[in-house]
Parts: sequence; structure tokens; C-alpha cells
Amino acid sequence: MVGKTWPIRSTEIMPGKLKAKIVAGRHLPVMDRASDLTDAFVEVKFGTTTFKTDVYPKSLNPQWNSEWFKFEVDDEDLQDEPLQITVLDHDTYSANDAIGKVYIDIDPLLCTEAASVISGWFPIYDTIHGIRGEINVLVKVELFNDLNRFRQSSCGVKFFCTTSIPRSYRAVIVHGFVEELVVNEDPEYQWIDRIRTPRASNEARQRLISLMSGELQRKIGLKVLEMGGNAVVGYLQCFDLEGESGLVVRAIGTACTLEKLSSGGGPICCPHPNTAPASNACNSPSKDGKEPVFGEDLPLSSGPPTPFRSLPTSSSSPPPFSPSKPCSRQSSSSDTDLSLTPKTGMGSGGSAGKEAGPLKTLLRQQTQTALEQREFPFFTLTSFPPGFLVHVGGVVSARSVKLLDRIHNPDEPETRDAWWEEIRQEIKSHAKALGCHAVVGYSESTSICEEVCILSASGTAAILNPRYMREGCLDFGSTDHRFEEPSPPACGFCHIPYDELNMPFPAQLAYCYQCRRQKVPDVLFTTIDLPPEGAVTGKGCLIQARLCRLKKKAQGEVNATAISNLLPFMEYELHTQLMNKLKLRSMNALFGLRIQISVGENMLLGLASATGVYLTALPAPGGIQIAGKTPGDLNNEQHISTIQKRINDTIAKSKELYQINPPELTEEGVGSPIPEPRQRSRLFRSHSESSDELSELDLSHGKKDAFVLEIDDTDAVEDIHSLLTDASPPSGFYSCNTETMPGIYNWTSGVQMFTSVRVLRLSNTNLTNQGLNKIFTDLCENLLKSFYFKLRSMIPCCLCHLNFTVAVPEEELVQVSVTAVAMTFDKDQNQEKPLEKSIIKGGSETEEQLQFPLELCADSSSTSSQPSSKISVSSLEHCSPLPDARSRSLRSSRSFGGSSVTTVKMTPLSFLPGTRIIKYLGIINMFFIRETTSLREEGGVSGFLHSFIAEVFAMVRAHVAALGGNAVVSYSMKDCVLMENPNKNQAQCLINVSGDAVICVRETDQEQMTSMMNSGQTCSTTDGAT
Amino acid sequence: MAVELDVFVGNTTIMDEEVYQLWLDGYTVNDAVKARMEGGVLDKTEATADVLLSDTMDQYRTFQMCERLLHSPSKLANQLLFQIPPHRQAMLIERYYTFDDGFVREVLGKKLSKGTKKDLDDISAKTGVTLKSCRRQFDNFKRVFKVVEELKGPLVENIRQHFLLSDKLARDYAAIVFFANNRFETGKKKLQYLNFQDFAFCAGQLINNWTVGAIDNMVEDMDVDLDKEFLQELKELKVLITDKDLLDQHKSLVCTALRGKTKVFNEMEANFKNLSRSLVNIATKLTNTKDVRDFFIDLVEKFIEPCRSDRWAAADVKLYLTHYTNSAHILDTFKHQVVWDRYMGVIKSCIFKMYHD
Repeated sequence: MVGKTWPIRSTEIMPGKLKAKIVAGRHLPVMDRASDLTDAFVEVKFGTTTFKTDVYPKSLNPQWNSEWFKFEVDDEDLQDEPLQITVLDHDTYSANDAIGKVYIDIDPLLCTEAASVISGWFPIYDTIHGIRGEINVLVKVELFNDLNRFRQSSCGVKFFCTTSIPRSYRAVIVHGFVEELVVNEDPEYQWIDRIRTPRASNEARQRLISLMSGELQRKIGLKVLEMGGNAVVGYLQCFDLEGESGLVVRAIGTACTLEKLSSGGGPICCPHPNTAPASNACNSPSKDGKEPVFGEDLPLSSGPPTPFRSLPTSSSSPPPFSPSKPCSRQSSSSDTDLSLTPKTGMGSGGSAGKEAGPLKTLLRQQTQTALEQREFPFFTLTSFPPGFLVHVGGVVSARSVKLLDRIHNPDEPETRDAWWEEIRQEIKSHAKALGCHAVVGYSESTSICEEVCILSASGTAAILNPRYMREGCLDFGSTDHRFEEPSPPACGFCHIPYDELNMPFPAQLAYCYQCRRQKVPDVLFTTIDLPPEGAVTGKGCLIQARLCRLKKKAQGEVNATAISNLLPFMEYELHTQLMNKLKLRSMNALFGLRIQISVGENMLLGLASATGVYLTALPAPGGIQIAGKTPGDLNNEQHISTIQKRINDTIAKSKELYQINPPELTEEGVGSPIPEPRQRSRLFRSHSESSDELSELDLSHGKKDAFVLEIDDTDAVEDIHSLLTDASPPSGFYSCNTETMPGIYNWTSGVQMFTSVRVLRLSNTNLTNQGLNKIFTDLCENLLKSFYFKLRSMIPCCLCHLNFTVAVPEEELVQVSVTAVAMTFDKDQNQEKPLEKSIIKGGSETEEQLQFPLELCADSSSTSSQPSSKISVSSLEHCSPLPDARSRSLRSSRSFGGSSVTTVKMTPLSFLPGTRIIKYLGIINMFFIRETTSLREEGGVSGFLHSFIAEVFAMVRAHVAALGGNAVVSYSMKDCVLMENPNKNQAQCLINVSGDAVICVRETDQEQMTSMMNSGQTCSTTDGAT
Repeated sequence: MAVELDVFVGNTTIMDEEVYQLWLDGYTVNDAVKARMEGGVLDKTEATADVLLSDTMDQYRTFQMCERLLHSPSKLANQLLFQIPPHRQAMLIERYYTFDDGFVREVLGKKLSKGTKKDLDDISAKTGVTLKSCRRQFDNFKRVFKVVEELKGPLVENIRQHFLLSDKLARDYAAIVFFANNRFETGKKKLQYLNFQDFAFCAGQLINNWTVGAIDNMVEDMDVDLDKEFLQELKELKVLITDKDLLDQHKSLVCTALRGKTKVFNEMEANFKNLSRSLVNIATKLTNTKDVRDFFIDLVEKFIEPCRSDRWAAADVKLYLTHYTNSAHILDTFKHQVVWDRYMGVIKSCIFKMYHD
């Protein structure tokens, strides 16, 4: 009756005890056709130890109520291994049939601050049949106190997918970049796969990836501990299914030392990313006034001005295709050689580094030293504590084409490490060329087709304030150094970081339209979110550039070279499209820029997404002027004037739509002369076929005041037409790919996260580039239109964090996957961000300012604008104006009408509007495979994927609920790899999702709690609010 | 170029009530798209027909996946696959189990068997309800029937709890189950003027008064069968028509009470014996299953039609039946007051309900 144990692993090191209890099952499938019932039992496995429950005969709702199964394990296993639960149907005469499995990641239990128990109903998952009933499981971990002895593990290091300092924490030190990569043979490509069942193969793969993720996380954790940190923020883990050469799991993140804020933290709430840490530091009234302070000791803000760093520059370096020679392996370990000379791939940018001149201050040098001591001064964060970001230079990116079948030793990570090392060095040198010592909003990605792999990395070159770095901290020698230092102006991040006299590339500079003291570029491209202190005029919108390029089918080096040659042109064209579309919307800056280039056998797809805004600090964008190449042709001129009119109309319409009414400039009263706002800006189309010419063209952008678009051939006409085809969202809708929409601040609590996937089959084999572009553009536009339609009941609403991913899964297929969240906002409230708010930097908040977000919360949930008169409610549900978007706190849901299902909200953002995250329960990182051999019966490939995605959501929700959480923030679907063979009635899909499990409470609840726990602070809050 | 795959999945399952209704009504995707376009959904949004098609397909898929859960609604609240707010779950269930009055009228009282299911295409053609919808409705009847058949306790409550239906809908299903179980004839031409709600009302009366569960001990017995003991006791009522003295006495009591109160007094007086014989005969024959089936046809043929041909108003019928019932209490030799009341109470309300054009 008692479960059997086969302890194999030696237990001389035993830092912990894992305990699991199998309570019950429900909704099990019928396994015995004769009786319409099931004789179920459960195997619980951890590492190499397995326990079994008794068979619960003849029931679809078995009550095992097992004893506690105890696993004595070492810490390394605890981190690497998942708890594996298998539900089987007992069969006396033949082999027991597996019903399905549950993998439980016990990592959240290893952090004292995270979850303490995992308890709840988990879907029983089978890779062939999907979800087959549910099982109720209890899991606990008992850790020994002296865990730190065991240096192989990194128990206790917290991981966050969130790309900002998690709410309810304060960043004491931001240590910087951590990366790791592990390789294994892909079970699907092992010889044994020929003889085992698809189920066994899928399960082997799921288990392997789970193990590798655990190992990766542990190794990254170790690096964090070495750096003296206690957390990884902006943790980004990816899989590369290389095929024959292996399966790679790699991750990057930002190591930090975080400090938990007392639960009575400041009531700064939802709509403003990253204000919470700042407000909490303000235990005493700030010394800083509301006015921006230009400290004499911060001359870095008077640094050289510059415009954005144009994108294609990265590709103006020779395509970094490293040919197949085995000698391309540069180093034997993943540690980078510091002495590697950065490539000067940035055209003229090499001179603008730290030797930029006498303007440099001691502080800046210190910062630079601090950062340059790092191998890679990269940060995966996209939004930052106020004051962290001093200047933003522009986007830096690097791509490289590699051949997977030429990896010398595929089972070892060295080659891939060297590849990434190379790319990162390039990024670093690009940043340097922009006069920046750091890269923020950094991310890496790959695209694989057969043996060709494109590695990509991008980020935003920036200058950071050193006070968050260890070294910087020491300089101030104070525990609360925030007050030791005056804050830079809110517009500071727009000011150019490079030397005006020694610019890395020609650019149009102007004096900042906000402070009038520093130079700003005419356009700014970044990969980060709009800093909370950044002032925008009007609202933003999603801007996408889409591009298809056909290529010949080829093999090996020829193929790689062809791709390498195409990449710079693609980047250039994407960039031009972005620039033109930005101007068409009368905007001057892009945030959250993400450029994806996906490779297929006979084409390359490029998709650039960003959120356009009008930064108040930057000059007004010029219009677009069309000119024909052959003057005198009457027809042509008429045509041109028609197009010109359409363009002008579009710009005018955009201004109205996005409420872009920049204040008229009064030039008198401004100290410095302001350059005439240019009415036109220069845009180029490339007709060149050589990369030399390209770089020249590229860098001359903005140099001349002349017209923009030349119509010299039919292609150009098509391009202009395609510019104008992007439909603006229907009224009541906004869209952006950043966390929130710049210009909207009064979010209400309606939230709907969704994933949508579309695949097109290109049947026409004689497609041209133009034809493909049209198809691809329509695909993306139609997806957006679908979203607007489906979510129309949420109006007024904004689609936030629209994350488009393109892939070419097969020769004639184009796949676009989108994950985003629709959020409602209050239209009637004053949309304008109070001006003072935009100028004041976060670190200097006074009581008066604290009032602002409080009011927002109050208004979003009740008619009263006075927080003090709010009624305490104990469940999230009450705050939802949308019947569909209801949610309830754990407590209330458990007692609700017999339903055992907790509502779990999911969002790709780092917060849920109207709520406050009180606890991070741990990272959710799940990988699933689903396969079918009855595709038609499951409703075709759409039916198959539809149910799989729904199942993935269900499993994520179940795990979060079992951890005691009620929401997932920073959720993302990182992979959705679909393979189909309709002729064989088969399909297979792999999905990888991640996010942070959290407990959040309604804002008002939190205030009540606060008032009880921290009377002092609440006093001031309430005073300020009433 | 063709759309190979197109899916949209929300964390909270998105369901449009309008599309749900079209799906329930058995529209094909294309017909549903047409209907939605005619409904003007595109006018309010800037969407195209493609968008509508894609949305309709998504929702149809979702409904199909949910259908399995709707077959045992309690599962819907406990399943993990779809995150649906409770009030939406209630809507889904209620709508799924809602039926067309036209359809139910056709199968009411029929055996819920495969044979009947085969006739569904005829019913579909006759009622204009799509075959798909007919099948869903028929399967719902059958499913509810099967579940409650084996349960003890009050019928309506059982249905309400097992299928999480509203009280009204649960009562309607109780009527359907009750009719199917007793195989009441409802299809005869003479009964065509009666709608489902008339029958449902009568079923309620029968369930509440003539079943075993009606008297007491609600837990022990089922509501679906008539109380055999009671049916046996009804035979005793025969004395009202076989004992000539009693019959005359009854008549004179009723006539005295009615005189001057109705325009059709003469007809009432003339028909009293016939009508009384009819009602008592119906009572005494109810021990035969065959006669139970003919209960409603008998009421119509033997009582309602004669009254109607004499142009009794509804108020006249009411008046007559009230006095007819009450006068029996004054008959000194008539000893079966309890059975009489139990019988006539139901007969009275059924006839009131059924006495219309």
C-alpha cells in the first residue's frame, strides 16, 4: 500500500527535503471502454526517485489522498529538476496506460520571499491528447539554513521577467549584464527517436528543456551571486531549435541587488512605470524642488548633443557572416576576452567615445570607468528608476549569419558563446561610437532555417547615472544617495550624449524645446519604454515597417553569403519605412523599437515595430515632399501632386487623431537661438546595389533640407502607396508596443490579454518582392483590424505591448504571432498629464504629487475622487467595470459557489492597472509540445492550435493559482513553432511562455493596509489627497 | 495565397452573445457571417467581411470546444481550459438549454428515443428550426431525462441543480421530462391549438399534486411518476355518476348556485350529467397507462369541446367548475372529499389553462 522508493542518488549533501502529496483527481478521461471508468494511480518522480500512489479503482474523480512523499535532494537538483507527476490507468493484464503528466517547477519554493507551498489543481497534460482532467497536488520544500555553503546552487536568487525594477522592490545596485547558454542534443534528432513513440519523444524533449532551463537559471544565479547581487531582472530565456546540431537554451538578464520595500510602501500606483521605488525612497520630504535642477556637478547633461543613431549603420559594417571555417571559434569559454578590440563598424562614429573632450567631468569618467570595467555594460531593462537614464544616444544593433552544420563541436557551448560574444562586442562598439558607455533595452534573438542561423542583438545606446552601480554608490558614500545629488532635467534623456563638434554621423541638432539649454536630435529611435519623466505631446501609436525580400534557394556558404548581403538592405529599407511613417504621423521619436528579420528558404521577412510619439523636447518633424526625377512630364507632375496632397492630408489627419498640437514656439525669451524648425526633412530611398554606397546614403540622412521622396521608378510609387495604406485604429482605439501608451494615464481595470496566430500559404510561385510586401503588409494590417473588431466592447481601449513575431515555417508559409493586452481607460478624465508631473523627476516627489495617482485610482473605481472616502473591498472583482474582465482575489474565489478555479489575470505588462503587486511568487517558464495525428478531427490546424494555446493559458493559470497567485505579469509567448502536414493528417507545435507570478490587490485595499501598518506615511498621503 | 491558419485566444474567453445564438440556431459559419452583416455589426465598426469571417470562425471553434462542458454544466465552473466569468457561464448554459417552443411542441410526450431522433429532419422542415438546432434541443431533452430519471427528490430542483438552469427553464424541463415519461399524447389535431406553455403549466399541476412526491416525503420518491395509490383511489369517485341520487343531488346543488349568474345556465343545466360523467370517467380510467396518455385529449374532447360548442365563456367554465367541485363537499353520502379535491384541483386549473382558442 505504501509507495515504493528507489533512492539512487547519494544523500551525503542534503540541503533540502521535497515533499509532495497527491490529493485527488477529477474529470479524468475514460480509459476502460467496457466500464466507462478509469483505475487511476499516480507516479511522483523527482530526479531518479519515484513514488506511487495506490490505484483508485473505477472512478473518474479519484480521491488518492496519499501520504507525503519525501525526496531528500541536493540543492543543485532542486534548481534543475522539475517534479514530475504521471497519472496512469492501471491495467492488470497489459501495460499501464499513461493518462498524462504534470511538470511542476519547484524553484519558486526555494526563495524565502516567494511562495511557501504549491497547492492546487493542475491540468493533466498529454502531448498527444492535450489536457485530460486535473489533479490536485500539494508540494512543500524544507530547506536547511546553511544553504549558502552549497555553492553549486544559487537558491535564493530571485528571477523576474519584468524589464523594470519590480514593483514592491527598490534597486540598491544594478550590477549589469548576465548571460549563459547551455547546449544539448535534441531528443527529436537522436537515433532512438526512430523507434520510440511520438509521445515518448515529445516527453523527452519537454523534460530535457525543463532540465536545461533549470540548469541555465542556476548558472545565471551563480553569476549573480558572484557579482554580489540577489536578483535577475529582465530575464529573457530563449530556445534555439538548431535541429541536427543541437538544442540551445540561452538567457540574458540584468543582475541587481534588490531591497524589498516595506509593505506600507508609497501609494504611487499603476499607470506610471517605475515610480514606486522612487516614491518609497522618499521617506522624508525631498530637498529637491519641482524645478529641474541643473547641477554644476552634472555637466554630463551639457554633453554633446546628437540625433538618433540610425539603425542601418550596424549593418554598414561588412556583414558579419563568419564563414564556415572551423577556426571561427574564437574562444574556448563563454567568458569574453576584455582586450578584444571593438569593431568600428559604425562608420564615422569611432571618435566620439570617452575621449570626447574637455567637457567630461569627473563624474562621467567615474561612471564610464565603472561601466567599462564590465565586460558588457548591457541592461535588459526597458524602463528605469527615475534619474537612472541620463542620455539616450539611439538604437544600436548587430546581426550575424552563421552556419549550424559547421559547428566544430556541436555538443559544447563554445562556438555559440563565441558567436554571441562577437555580436555583443559589435553592439558595444556601436554604443561607444555614439558616445555612450552603456546599452539599455538590450535583447538578443535568432532566426533559424535549416542550417542557416541569423543571430541578432539590439539595444539603445545610453549614458547612465552611476549611482546605481556599485562604484557609483561608493562615490556618494551615503545610504540614501538619492538626496545627495540633484536630478537631471526631465528632458535630459533626449539630449545628445555625443560631442556636437565631433559627431559620429551627420545629424540635425536643435536646442531642446523644453529646457532650451542642451542640444537634441531631430528624431530619436530607442528600444526602451518612454521614461516616466519624458513629456510627450498628444498620444502615440504603433508604427510598423514590413518588408519581404525573395532570395534564391541555396545551400551552405552560398546561402549564408546571399543572406548576409541582403541584410543591410533590409535594415535600411525598414528604417526608411519607419522614418517615413513616423513623419506621416507627425511624430519625432520611436520607443520600443524591435526589428525582427526572419529567414526562410526562399525569402527573408523583416518586421519592425515601435511606438511613435511626439517628444515635446524634440523639434517638430518636417513634412514629406515628393519630387519626380523627370521634371516637365506633365502626367507625372500631376501624379506627384496627387500623392503630395494625400501625404499632406494624412499628416494633418494624424495630428488631429493623435492630438498633436505642440505649443507654438515663442522664440524670444529663450536664451539660446533655436534653429528654424525644418519644414521638410530628408528621406531617402536606396537604389544602390552596393553596401558602400549604402552607408554613404544612410549617414547623410538629414544633412540637406531638400525634399524627400524621389519618384524615379515604379517601385518608388509602390513604396509611397504602401506608406499610405496603413489604416489608423478606429475611433476609441489606440495601439502601442510599449508597456503603456504615452499620453494615456487613466487606466481603468479592464484587461484582456490575447494571443493570435495567422499563417498564410503563398500559392503563387511567381511572386515579386512588391507582391510579397503587399501580402505581408495586409497580413499585419488585417490582424490589427481583427483585434479592433474583437475587442470593440472594451472601447475606449488601448492595445498595449503589441508584440508581433514573424516566421517562415515552411517554404511557402508566412506565420505572424501576436501577443498583446487590451486595456480600458477612462475617456472622460483629463487625458493630459499634468505638466508639472512631466517635468519633475521621480525622486523628488512631494505630497502634492503623490496625490495625483491616488486620484486616478479613486476615479477609476468609484465616483469619489477622495481616497479617504473610499470603501474597502476585499476582492479585485469590484474594481472591474467590465463584466468580462472580472477577477477575484484568491481568498474570495476559493469560497465562491463551489468553484475551485481562481481567476488569474495575465498581461505582458509589468503591472495590472488599478492594482498593486504585493508579492512576486517566482518566475513562470514553461515549455509545451503538442502533437496530433488526427488533425482533421481536431478541427484542422486552426482547431489544433486554438485548443493548444487555450491549454497553455490554462496550465499557466493553474500553476500561478497553485503558487497562491492571482496574476501573471510580464507574460510573453517567446516561441510558437508550428509544423504541419495536412496530407498525413499530422501537426506538431511547440510553445514557450514565461512571466512573473504575482499576488496583486486592489489599490484601495492596499491603502487600507498601509494606513494600518504605517500610520506616518499614510497621514501624509491622506493629507495630500484630501 | 490562402489563410492556412487563423486563431485568436483570449485569457478571458471572448464570446459574442449574438454569434453564440447563431451557432445555437445551427447557422453555418457563412450564414452566420451573412446574418451578422445584415445585423449591421460592420456599420458600427470599421471592419470588413474578412474580419467578420475570421471572428465568426474563432467563436464557432470556441463554442464547439465548450460544447462538451455544456453537456454537464457543473463542469464548466470547475474546468481550467476556459476562463469564463461566472455570469457568462450562466448565460452560456441557459442559452444552450433554451429551446424553441415550436420544436418542443413537436416532441412533447414522445419517447426520447432514436426513433424520434430520426424524425427530426421532418420536424426541422415543419418548424423551420435547423436540423442542427433540433438535434441539440433533442439531445438536451434526452440528457436531462437520463440524469433525473435516476435521481430521487423533487424534479425541478434536481434539474436546476444538475444543469444550473434558471427556475423557469428548470420547470420547463421538468414538464418535458414528465411528459416524455408518461408519454402524454399531445400531437392529435384537436390538441394543436395548445402551446407548450399550456402543457408546461398542466405538467406543473400534475407534478405538484398527483405524483408521489406531491403529498409529503419529498426525498423518498420521484416526481416523474403519478401516485399509483391515488389513481386507484380515483375509482371511488365513480359513485358520483353511478349513484343516481347523488348525481341528481349534485346537479341541483350546482344549478342552484349557478342560477342567474351566467348566460349559459340552460346549457349548463342540460349538460351537467354528461359533463360530470366525462370528468369522473377520466378520473376512474387513469389507472390504465393508455388512458393516462389520453388525459389531455380526453379533457378536450369530453369537456372543453362540448362547452365550447355551447359558447361558454372562460368565466362560465370557471364558475361552473368551482361550484361543481365545491358542491360535492355538501353531498352527505359522498365520502371521498380528499381524493376529490386532489383530483378536481388539478382538473380545474388544467381546464382553465386549456380553455382558449
